[in-house]
Amino acid sequence: MDTTEIIIKPGASALHYWRDIWRYRELFFFLAWRDILVRYKQTAIGIAWSVLRPLATMLVFTVVFGKLAKLPSNGVPYPIMVYVAMLPWQFFANSLTESSNSLIDNANLLTKVYFPRLIVPAGSVIVGLVDFFISSVILGGLMVWYRFVPDSRIFLLPLFLIMAFMASFGAGLWLSALNVKYRDFRYVVPFLVQFGLYISPVGFSSSIVPADWRFLYFLNPMVGVIDGFRWAILGDAFPINWPGLSLSCFLVALVFVGGLFYFRRMERSFADVV
Amino acid sequence: MSTVISVENLGKKYLLKHQSSRQPYVALRDVLSDGIKNFGQRLLGRGNSSLSDPAQEEFWALKDVSFEVKQGDRIGIIGRNGAGKSTLLKILSRITEPTTGCVRIKGRVASLLEVGTGFHPELTGRENIFLNGAILGMSRAEIRKKFDEIVDFAEIEKFLDTPVKRYSSGMYVRLAFAVAAHLEPEILVVDEVLAVGDAQFQKKCLGKMEDVSTKEGRTVLFVSHNMAALRTLCTQAVEIEKGNIKFVGDVDAAVQRYLQNEHTSFVRRDHQKGNRFLQVSVIDAVGVPGETFTESNKMYLAVRVFIECPKDIHCGVTLYNSVNVPLISSCVLDTFGDMQAGVSNYTLQIPVELLHSGHYRVEGAIWDQYRVYDNSENLCNFSLVRNDSILEAKGTESRGFLRFPYDWRLETVRGDIAP
Repeated sequence: MDTTEIIIKPGASALHYWRDIWRYRELFFFLAWRDILVRYKQTAIGIAWSVLRPLATMLVFTVVFGKLAKLPSNGVPYPIMVYVAMLPWQFFANSLTESSNSLIDNANLLTKVYFPRLIVPAGSVIVGLVDFFISSVILGGLMVWYRFVPDSRIFLLPLFLIMAFMASFGAGLWLSALNVKYRDFRYVVPFLVQFGLYISPVGFSSSIVPADWRFLYFLNPMVGVIDGFRWAILGDAFPINWPGLSLSCFLVALVFVGGLFYFRRMERSFADVV
Repeated sequence: MSTVISVENLGKKYLLKHQSSRQPYVALRDVLSDGIKNFGQRLLGRGNSSLSDPAQEEFWALKDVSFEVKQGDRIGIIGRNGAGKSTLLKILSRITEPTTGCVRIKGRVASLLEVGTGFHPELTGRENIFLNGAILGMSRAEIRKKFDEIVDFAEIEKFLDTPVKRYSSGMYVRLAFAVAAHLEPEILVVDEVLAVGDAQFQKKCLGKMEDVSTKEGRTVLFVSHNMAALRTLCTQAVEIEKGNIKFVGDVDAAVQRYLQNEHTSFVRRDHQKGNRFLQVSVIDAVGVPGETFTESNKMYLAVRVFIECPKDIHCGVTLYNSVNVPLISSCVLDTFGDMQAGVSNYTLQIPVELLHSGHYRVEGAIWDQYRVYDNSENLCNFSLVRNDSILEAKGTESRGFLRFPYDWRLETVRGDIAP
């Protein structure tokens, strides 16, 4: 029998928080599992949707930026260059969209059951991650098609994936908590995602940004993530800008830690406000 | 027996916003504009704290609540709607934080504040059992162990792999109950969840809960308006009124006290202005108010109201039975074109012939299309004792909430013997 004592008093929710998260890990997986299961129920082509969307965007970008605008791709096939950036971007965009609405969508749970609220947006990011792995199959296909072989740097890719995860989760924490109180963020997020696609180097290489501005360009943390992905997969054609990457890393860490603190602070009142 | 829950000076404050035109949630626009306004006022040297904001009002849903629960106790929580019962349960199950005070709980708490929390319509019965179980705090191993038992209990074997959106509402509720009934935490917190579902299944669930708690010494906190259910399931009771504890002790004493303390008639004592109820009581044919009637009495509801300006004003009453089911209702405008200005008495006959023996409550409200002027969930109460039913005299419970107002007729068929 579990004889631990729970103490409930104003402001004391922090006491066993991290242990509780561990204890509720199964619920966390169940919520992610539910979202994945439900996602493509009653759709004709099902899971193919998570492949189709980045693929279609990639084709459009290749035609518009590669063929019409004739932007450089540093010797790498344009579709591969776009798709390598598309993967982390889609992961970020999907996770952000899903997690920012996650608390409101699960309002009935928040007001009826206790669990560490953190697992709700975290579950949404996991769903985004699953989509990421599914759509990366296409990247393999593209590489075979263009006979492109990455070098050993690809083993550093997980590091950049972690960075993408932290950026998505951190921003997701901020937006989900803000969304509970200020429903305005429901309109901010789609705009942010749409806007972000163009200010991040998804359809083009960040090398076309003038050298004087390149460091500042990394103020958008997704620039660091995308450049990291390109560097790890495509190799020397896309050299990394280390000061810029450090700036992006620092900002991701800031967003993540800030998001965590803000979420924890707001969490107590979720059930009363949502 | 050791103490498993101790509650000390618990309080919960809500801020009520009186802004009917605005959305229930805060929009960033309002925060920004309010912020700028406040800033501007501070610049001009006019102090304006948010406390004096007339649009906000403090409301204590619970105040200075203290009690203790020993291991194995089965405690019923009694109180009218809005007394703070649900708030108390929400604090105990850690959904919301108290404003003051402290609670100590030893053991794993599972709360059942709603049947079928987290059920997803697109998922199948099987998937929902696992999901709902996890939400209620069961581990996967635990659910797997009890899976067959749950399916048996819910009687839905055939539909296990059908999405629950295709279930009938009865099947849905049965499945939800079945998962909940197999929870085995050390402390179980249950809100009025038995109010849905058919009577037979309710009994099955109550039986299961009683089983679990008596055999295995689990602690149960149970909120219900169903006094009969409380009496069978609980040993102790806590009565809450307007956020304060009124009584702690034996369940039978508490139920009796609670029923006695209900207003048998209503007399306005506060200083409410405007359209309002002044006095409401149940009277007999000669106008004598009472609380207990038999089927041979004629009963009337006597309502004295004050109406300022009768344009489009409605005044209505609803009769509830002891398990909180609204039975019949009526509105003054059902009879009259308009209400009368000033103080007037309206009387309405209560259809005794429709009612079984039991305890009844009258709810009433005065409203127009814009606002509610006065309302009370508990204007008055009365008991009806029927002496004409042989079935009831034998102690058999009647089926249904109402009875046929007419007598059976008998016609003897002569000379024939049934084939």
